[in-house]
Amino acid sequence: MAENKRSLFKEFSKGFIDENPVLRLVLGTCPTLAVSTSVESAVGMGIAASIVLICSNIAISALRKLIPSKVRIPAYIVIIASFVTVVQMLVNAFVPTLNEQLGVYLPLIVVNCIILGRAEAFAGKNNVLASAFDGLGMGVGFTTALFCMGFIREFLGTGTITISLLNGGNALFPAVFGDNPMTIFILAPGGFFVFGMLIALANFIAEKKGKKAAQLHSCKACPMFETCTSGEKEAEEK
Amino acid sequence: MKWYLSLVLAAILTNNFVLSKFLGICPFLGVSKQLKTASGMGIAVTFVMLMATAVTFPINKYLLEQFNLEYLQTIVFILVIAALVQLIEIALKKYMPPLYNALGIYLPLITTNCAVLGVVVLNVEEGYNFAGALANTFGAGIGFLLAMVMFAGVRERMESSDIPERLKGLPITLVAASLTSMSFLGFTGVVEGMLG
Repeated sequence: MAENKRSLFKEFSKGFIDENPVLRLVLGTCPTLAVSTSVESAVGMGIAASIVLICSNIAISALRKLIPSKVRIPAYIVIIASFVTVVQMLVNAFVPTLNEQLGVYLPLIVVNCIILGRAEAFAGKNNVLASAFDGLGMGVGFTTALFCMGFIREFLGTGTITISLLNGGNALFPAVFGDNPMTIFILAPGGFFVFGMLIALANFIAEKKGKKAAQLHSCKACPMFETCTSGEKEAEEK
Repeated sequence: MKWYLSLVLAAILTNNFVLSKFLGICPFLGVSKQLKTASGMGIAVTFVMLMATAVTFPINKYLLEQFNLEYLQTIVFILVIAALVQLIEIALKKYMPPLYNALGIYLPLITTNCAVLGVVVLNVEEGYNFAGALANTFGAGIGFLLAMVMFAGVRERMESSDIPERLKGLPITLVAASLTSMSFLGFTGVVEGMLG
């Protein structure tokens, strides 16, 4: 039993340290860059995606023996899309400000590669409990990385941090750069730049621990990798 | 006519899908190593985007909105896109083998490309009419292609440059993307100024 608990903790902890989905596996880059303009939207996105990830991991793992492997990708997509719809409705009903901040990126959780990637790599092969912990760990890892991005970008880009639920919607502390914050950080170029620097930092830490630098995944980390390369092989054979 | 032109230009320059909306980052970073694959992917994405808009627009307007089923949009759109990509692949394989050989390998990747679902959802959110939606989609696709091709050029140059050890690989690619996107910030207001 103790053994069991330890392995569950391992499934959980790998998600935010060794296999951080954003900084180590380089998945889910689109939402990471797009919604990290403020801490609030970044964490909101992280939580919304984590809920979908945990629920879909549980559902897919529970159904893994019923889903024929040939149609598994469409089946996974339907399951994920259903949970995204549920989350969309909940966000819309209870935190409408977040709905406005996330905009089109909320429905786009469906195509977040982390979720389909975990379904394909983990939930389709493991039992429900392990999959739930895997989803939780990955979700926490995703949220942490988004929080770091959001904090750096909002702090440098506006000079302060504003969270509408805290401090009556005012800034948490007076702006540190006066009237001249580095606005470029909340614009698109700042997103790419901060992300690049965070990956360099994560690589540095990983190298200290004797692990390889995060690769530009090209295709390997993509959930569609196998489907895609099988097509490539076919084309080559011709 | 002017309105359609401004839609297309805005989607290409000021609201570039990759460089200012961050949609389709995976292929942008993944398949932009060579000019040939970058342009192939760009064309394939533009093609699928246009088809997806042409199919989902009537479905949304005459089926979902008619019966107050808008909440099913996400599920319906992603399924339609997935099915459409499969159909395009089969059709190209059978009837247009040269085109299939050129674009085929990119097609399965496109199902989970957020740019395709993104453009479809944005068209609905903005409330464009059919032609407007197609114009916006066309601009988005060409903008994606432009960003891919430009970035492939940047990366080919980067191969031979001296990069600090710690930044090699992904970090320097992202810094280069940051500079490329900064150059697109220069287009802010251009479309309004031109077509006012």
